[in-house]
Amino acid sequence: MIAPRVVRELSIALVTAAVVAAGFLTTAPATGQAARPARLADGRPNLNGVWQALNTANYDVLSHNAKAALAFRPGPVVPVPAAPVIAFGAVGAVPGGVGIVEGDAIPYLPEAAKKQKANQEDWLNRDPEIKCYLPGVPRANYMPHPFQILHSDKAIFFSYEYAGAVRNIYLKDPGEAPVDSWMGQSVGKWEGDTLVVTVTGFNDQTWFDRAGNHHSEQMKVVERYTPQGPDHLWYEATIEDPQTFSRPWKIRMPLYRHINPNARLNQFKCVEFVEELMYGKFRKTPVQ
Amino acid sequence: MKLDARRSQFRIVAGVLAAAGLASVAGVHLSGEGQQAPSAIARPARTADGKPDLTGTWSNATITPLERPQGVSNLVLSAEEAARMEKTTADRVERLNQDSDPNRTAPPQGGDGSTGAAGNVGGYNNFWLDPGERVAVVDGQFRSSLIIDPPDGRAPAPTPEARARNQARMKMMEGRGQYDHPEFRPLAERCLLSFGPTTPLIPNYFYNNNIQIVQTPDHVMILMEMVHDARMVRIGGTHVPTHIRPWMGDSIGHWEGDTLVVDTTNFPLQQPFRGSAENLHVIERFRRVDATTINYRFTVDDPTTFARPFTGEIPFRATDELIYEYACHEGNYALANVLSGARNEEKRQGTKK
Repeated sequence: MIAPRVVRELSIALVTAAVVAAGFLTTAPATGQAARPARLADGRPNLNGVWQALNTANYDVLSHNAKAALAFRPGPVVPVPAAPVIAFGAVGAVPGGVGIVEGDAIPYLPEAAKKQKANQEDWLNRDPEIKCYLPGVPRANYMPHPFQILHSDKAIFFSYEYAGAVRNIYLKDPGEAPVDSWMGQSVGKWEGDTLVVTVTGFNDQTWFDRAGNHHSEQMKVVERYTPQGPDHLWYEATIEDPQTFSRPWKIRMPLYRHINPNARLNQFKCVEFVEELMYGKFRKTPVQ
Repeated sequence: MKLDARRSQFRIVAGVLAAAGLASVAGVHLSGEGQQAPSAIARPARTADGKPDLTGTWSNATITPLERPQGVSNLVLSAEEAARMEKTTADRVERLNQDSDPNRTAPPQGGDGSTGAAGNVGGYNNFWLDPGERVAVVDGQFRSSLIIDPPDGRAPAPTPEARARNQARMKMMEGRGQYDHPEFRPLAERCLLSFGPTTPLIPNYFYNNNIQIVQTPDHVMILMEMVHDARMVRIGGTHVPTHIRPWMGDSIGHWEGDTLVVDTTNFPLQQPFRGSAENLHVIERFRRVDATTINYRFTVDDPTTFARPFTGEIPFRATDELIYEYACHEGNYALANVLSGARNEEKRQGTKK
């Protein structure tokens, strides 16, 4: 008896395979944007473009209800938004989402599950995104900001709008990462039309979302980028971290290409935006 | 001299270029560097669309200063002069790499009053520095300065009008201390931008002078390793509206034959370069001259600040070294310590208002 979910996954995979096998469209979008070749001269799928996820995974990678805020305190009837976020009103509220995790569950080990809960309860103090810290992988790919892939026959490079994060995808394995880092060390290879990127060398500082989902420096992420037509990539990532999870688990989502003619990354160097939060208390005359 | 040089560098990173004494800044000798051609650059020099290929990792480190030192008249040095400069640097590095004297006395409490490296209480020693060890070679010539025009190799001073304008802006600082607010600290100390200029790509004479370039038909990405500043150059098109002011400016490029020409405007007011900011216009020319070299030429133009444009040339040398992540802000304990230290000092002196 195969679970319906497995059947669904399988059919998605088959459809994906069929679409890819059919080759993808080479027609230019109707926006007037210059025609973009589907493949580079070396025959690889052309990954150049500005890409963005359209989901609410950055709030919570698991399925979740809409809710009033990300930080709460007990109220007389139901929990109410925590004092620091009340003023945001509906702007600070969380939209619901279907989740991006296969099976809709993260296989935490018992201690790690407790840590996730503690992270979520102390979200204002703990989420690295609040301090504009580098997002890590895979979170960088589903932040509410676009990222640009630069792709030639010699290089693949990801430039993220959020915090100016960058990833060079090594096409020749340089060996073990010399030092742990926020964005990890990415090594890419092609399997047919799928770019497979293995990411290691992480530190334990980044989260998966604003819900406190976390990992250790043991994490290894294997990403798969598969074109599904000129303007879509199917993105899957398998997360492995024996210190945090009892088994590998998987996320998946489409990534959409910005097809407006003037699509480009804007700048979101949020380091500047968090100075008051982080250093305001050290001003000679704090802002009243 | 070495501490003076260090302080000069520190002022560079604060956006105030010190002209003196940089030709003899110490460097770290990496054994084997330059002994053999890096393997990564044995690659075709053209892209699939027929353009010269700038893709790769490069270093703009050099001991040639931006401006010609006083007392040097020629742009072009003899091979002997260049060798002498390089030997002086190597000797200094060797001297600075000796073990510290274990019996040395502690620095004076509160520092020695100098501004660099926390009053010389133990900031960067030579171990951390990698400003370069070679004289810049452009078109086979050893160069005494990176600036080639004006012919004296020195950047024009800001005009009196520009100085008056900038002094008026400095008035907001009157009666305020440089540690009063985070916004008064240098951009690099705030982890907003690389130590040293990012547009144009002038060496910082400090460390981490690595640049990664990734080229596609419609974009060229230029990453400064330091503070992971990625500048995205759009090929073709027009500049963003004038009220959009990204850090490092807005860059658009085009090809003139085999030269990539990049035109950058829209700089923010908070990112001045030698007294020029909102009207700064930088033109860069990237020319791949051989398997291991890009000839980089920059022109700085701002009629509201300089009486005339000035131009420099810098060789970018291919390197096989890998780029490290530069997570500056994530490890920036110093900015909080600098500010809270100032508050504590005020408290101690009873000056807190």
